Amino acid sequence: MSMDAHRCPNGHVTYPGHTLCPTCGEEQTETIDLSELTGEVVTWTTSTATPPGVREPNTLAFVEFDVDGEAVRALGQVTTDEIETGDEVEPVYVEELRDPEVGLKAGESDQEWDGYRFSPTQ
Amino acid sequence: MGVAIIGASMTKFGQRDAWLQSLLAQAGEECLDDAGVTPADVEHLYVSNMASGEFEGQTGVMNALAHDLGVLPAYSERVDQTSSSGGAGIYEAWQSVASGASEMTLLVGGEKMTHKTTGQATDIIASITHPAEYKHGVTLPSFAGMTARHYLERFDAPRESLARVAVKNHKNGVDNPKAQFQKEITMEKALESPIIADPLRLYDFCPITDGSAALLFTTEERAKELTDEYAVVSGIGGATDTHVVHERDDPTIMGGVVDSSEAAYEMAGIGPDDLDVAELHDMFTILEFLQLEGIGVAEQGTAWELATDGTTQKDGELPINTSGGLKSKGHPLGASGVAQGVEIYEQLVGEAGPRQVEAETGLACNVGGFGNCVITTIMEAR
Repeated sequence: MSMDAHRCPNGHVTYPGHTLCPTCGEEQTETIDLSELTGEVVTWTTSTATPPGVREPNTLAFVEFDVDGEAVRALGQVTTDEIETGDEVEPVYVEELRDPEVGLKAGESDQEWDGYRFSPTQ
Repeated sequence: MGVAIIGASMTKFGQRDAWLQSLLAQAGEECLDDAGVTPADVEHLYVSNMASGEFEGQTGVMNALAHDLGVLPAYSERVDQTSSSGGAGIYEAWQSVASGASEMTLLVGGEKMTHKTTGQATDIIASITHPAEYKHGVTLPSFAGMTARHYLERFDAPRESLARVAVKNHKNGVDNPKAQFQKEITMEKALESPIIADPLRLYDFCPITDGSAALLFTTEERAKELTDEYAVVSGIGGATDTHVVHERDDPTIMGGVVDSSEAAYEMAGIGPDDLDVAELHDMFTILEFLQLEGIGVAEQGTAWELATDGTTQKDGELPINTSGGLKSKGHPLGASGVAQGVEIYEQLVGEAGPRQVEAETGLACNVGGFGNCVITTIMEAR
């Protein structure tokens, strides 16, 4: 498992990837694994009304990574509800971010259920 | 070709026993009655609906409605653009008349939601997100929480300003007999209600709602023959922003609102200063600020001041959400954009009753997803 951001030949980076670069329309040809980097919390929330199969409360954050000078953001769960804007976080692998057996997409093959939570580095 | 609106209706919004098919039929029939037009005159029928299949296992709702209303063999189509399905329906209906394809177009929007639990309904709505977002259990309310925190921190806006939006829209809703809530709330109640997506609380969110709304479109030429009072769609624009919400450069700018309103203003030949009234998509209180900024009424980071200084109150300089907004009127997904159009139409033709304000020009901004798809419509009285 990796947390792949995708880059086009013009240096634009997105997470997740797209068929064509949303900025310039070129094909994205390269991946960068964000799970090996640290990022900074742009904003966050603790959701107390979550859908079936999702932990409650569910703390989520927008995190910004610096990939060779290009800012790229990701949304993800946070390992703790003790979080502030500006905190440095690192991705930590989790096998099931939500219950794959529950909810509208249960059993759907194109939905991944594992991924990375953000954990404060300090 | 000038496109006119000559009829409008909506069912009571709220928790309804009726299923979608009969809610749509009720609004559709009342709309034709309102305009004095017979079903046989309808050439195109559009049904705005986000998720009848997911909510009640019923698909093909445009066919069901066409049959129930006796508008056969009119061309019929279901319009899905998530929460902006209603606005997208206005766009389709406008196109159908403007292009000459139809001389009489009925638009009916509706959704039946309350038979599901809040969690199930939230999950259906959250299924619009990218799979990379969905697996984290993100919901539309949690996007609102993250955006509100960013807005408040970055622009040093007081938390109370968001509560003022809820208080204002609930106050407006008292005068709307079709609203889900006809009940004023206090600042204290809003600020002390349970946290849903920190820093947002229960009263920062619209409810889950059943209901339907309808509008009847025709050429301006035909409108003049049929009625003395009508409105025209003088400008309309639709735009799409990123599917993945965190990929936007600035979380506080709703690009779809900016682009769709610019297109609508250009078509109408007017600007934000010319507006007399507007319905904005206040699914969450923070969205009223982002849309006021997106449609050019306020500079970025300053719309909260308009909630605080009374500008957006019913008796203020630019009344926003005289209908009560999604906040108090309710938000039956596919119906909401149509219901916004119903309110602006009624304001322009002087049929808004106790909610009436002085208005010649009105705007409706209908937001799908978290700003993913947006339709802005400008109407003018004739």
